[in-house]
Amino acid sequence: MKFKLVFLLAALVAFGLVGTSPTMAQDLIKIGLINADPNESGYRKANVESMTSALSKENGFDVSVAYSERKVENQIAAAQQFINEGVKYLVISPEVSTGWDSVAQSAKEAGVKVIAFDRVIEMPDDVLVASTVSDMRAEGDKAVKWLEDKKLPVYNIIHIQGQMGTDAQVKRSAALTEAAKAKGWNLVAQQTASWSEEDAKQVVQAVIDAKKEFNVIYAENDNMAAGAVAALDANGITHGKTGEVIIIGFDANQWALKEVLAGNWNLDVECNPLHGPLVAQIIKDLEAGKKVDKVRYIEEQAFDTDTITQAVVDGRTYGFEN
Amino acid sequence: MKNLMKNPLFVPLICLGLVLLFNLITNAGFFEISIKRNNVGNWILAGNLISVFNNASELVILAIGMTLITSASGGQDISVGACVAIAGGVILKILASKTGAPVVVAVSLGCLVAMAFGAFNGILVSIFNIQPMVATLILFTAGRPISSWITGGLSPRITNSVLDAVGNVIPGVPVPTPIFIAAFCVAFIFLTLRFTNLGLYAQAVGISDKAARLVGLSPRLVKFIQFVVMGLCVGLVAFIKVSRVGSIQYNYIAKDIEMDAILAVALGGNSLSGGRFSMTGSIIGAYTIQAITTTLLANSVPSDALSAYKAVVIIILVVIQSPVVKDFWRKRRKNDPAQSSPSPSLNGSPSAPTGPQTAKPEANLGADLGSGLASSLGTGPGASLATSQGGA
Repeated sequence: MKFKLVFLLAALVAFGLVGTSPTMAQDLIKIGLINADPNESGYRKANVESMTSALSKENGFDVSVAYSERKVENQIAAAQQFINEGVKYLVISPEVSTGWDSVAQSAKEAGVKVIAFDRVIEMPDDVLVASTVSDMRAEGDKAVKWLEDKKLPVYNIIHIQGQMGTDAQVKRSAALTEAAKAKGWNLVAQQTASWSEEDAKQVVQAVIDAKKEFNVIYAENDNMAAGAVAALDANGITHGKTGEVIIIGFDANQWALKEVLAGNWNLDVECNPLHGPLVAQIIKDLEAGKKVDKVRYIEEQAFDTDTITQAVVDGRTYGFEN
Repeated sequence: MKNLMKNPLFVPLICLGLVLLFNLITNAGFFEISIKRNNVGNWILAGNLISVFNNASELVILAIGMTLITSASGGQDISVGACVAIAGGVILKILASKTGAPVVVAVSLGCLVAMAFGAFNGILVSIFNIQPMVATLILFTAGRPISSWITGGLSPRITNSVLDAVGNVIPGVPVPTPIFIAAFCVAFIFLTLRFTNLGLYAQAVGISDKAARLVGLSPRLVKFIQFVVMGLCVGLVAFIKVSRVGSIQYNYIAKDIEMDAILAVALGGNSLSGGRFSMTGSIIGAYTIQAITTTLLANSVPSDALSAYKAVVIIILVVIQSPVVKDFWRKRRKNDPAQSSPSPSLNGSPSAPTGPQTAKPEANLGADLGSGLASSLGTGPGASLATSQGGA
């Protein structure tokens, strides 16, 4: 009885989320697209747009879309619903990577293939055919490589970490701490600011108050880099292309790239939300019977004051200033 | 000495003193203050102490509102962080719009919206009689999504000379402006408490709804007003937050600040179940919490362990304030002849003219409440006098 009720609720929730699915077409590939909350961030907004525009009818897909409203239960319910509707592929960006066993089981029985994008999901290999993710470690390595190439006489780095334990923090931190150890760089401070501008401002202010020498700030996202710069500005310390302190940020929001273009920051490493084309390509390959890689890393760039152009800034589809 | 120790502010001050003493011993540079020019060319004071005062501003303002709510309703508002996100979203949205509305308009609207949400909490608590923590749980959960809805999930960045003056320094005044805003709020609330009955009413309602109604107060109205006042505090805090970096991130702004505000009230020696309160205590508590945060940052505590360190310090400070520890010290004082010997000549001796007058209320109390309770309430000879008379 209880189970029935739960199922009924789940079905109701899914139905509410899914809305009207387009009429069946003969040669379109039927897909269930399950994303996180579009309002989560500018990054997610860009991701949602990229997914829906790449998996469009014109490109040969028949897509039903569901959003999480921040709850993984909604996603799981939607996944069950899509499987019942007879989709061929489930494309998921999970709120939580675990707890998908029942979906994996149903998908396996119905012969549905799962592709995860942007975030990893825990499912057996025979169901999960491919994942597209950002390589956070590679992002960190790009920043470290760039820093090494600068050949500074001395490296005194303030390392501002993201929310502890998140994938982005763990891997971006690992890239720097390992490099610092290997190359003898000095980490003046290594503190978390939990992705927050103000916390980053406080962290940098504390280092300045302690009268410690530093010439690099490695902030694990754009917001924390902005907070760090606010602290430098408040203390009369110059930064950027011609300044005393090198500023490195991550994510490459449009507003952040403007800072690089203006020479206020030195480097911004991209975290690309545009997974749509890559996922579309993977499905096309699978349909054509080609083998696909289990994990595909999305292409990401790094922009410094030499490589950035106005065109790059204008071409950004996320992280707008206004 | 004895009077000093009986002062309700004694323990909160000791807590703050302990944190500062730790810095004095481990790192005397903590107290250095220097003056320099910022990148816009304005003079600014810098140093850990300035950072403590500057960064505590938001917490101080929220501690004021939290103290009043705690006193009147016997509960806490856990939605303040989320409401700061809402008010910040409103301010940011207006400033980022192409209407060119001045900062004053944006801030006023932000405060009004925050007060409206405060009133929503207030209605749930005062009219529907819902536990404050449960009532404010609604906005605690819904507040940040509402903020995201207001700003469209974006974090626009504003550069504006007024915001810069508020978040950093006013040209020509080297002290960070948030310190002044907090000081203004503190002065305002003390004048209000001194010249109006706001505080008295809050305490009366907090001690007993029924008794307050019997003397002609409306407990509903009194509780409701405290939540609206908190709304105003929230609006001001949102303004400071927006000014500091010229933007907000709705999911990170003022994160967990409600817990720090509640803690400030507790560190101030206030009972969280309502009734009598000490505003000064709460404000000292707020500065203590920021002093702890800044101390941990200055000592480069590893990120993974930051919360754990903070928890340890706070456990120590809360235990110092606990009734058990206070009792222990009181008993020690009582047994200490050097402390208690001068007292009988003041209070207990019949030859002293003030003796009977001061001893009498205690005797009545003893008769009313029973001798055992009286001896734990009173101290030294007064208590023993009460016991003998109460038993007679």
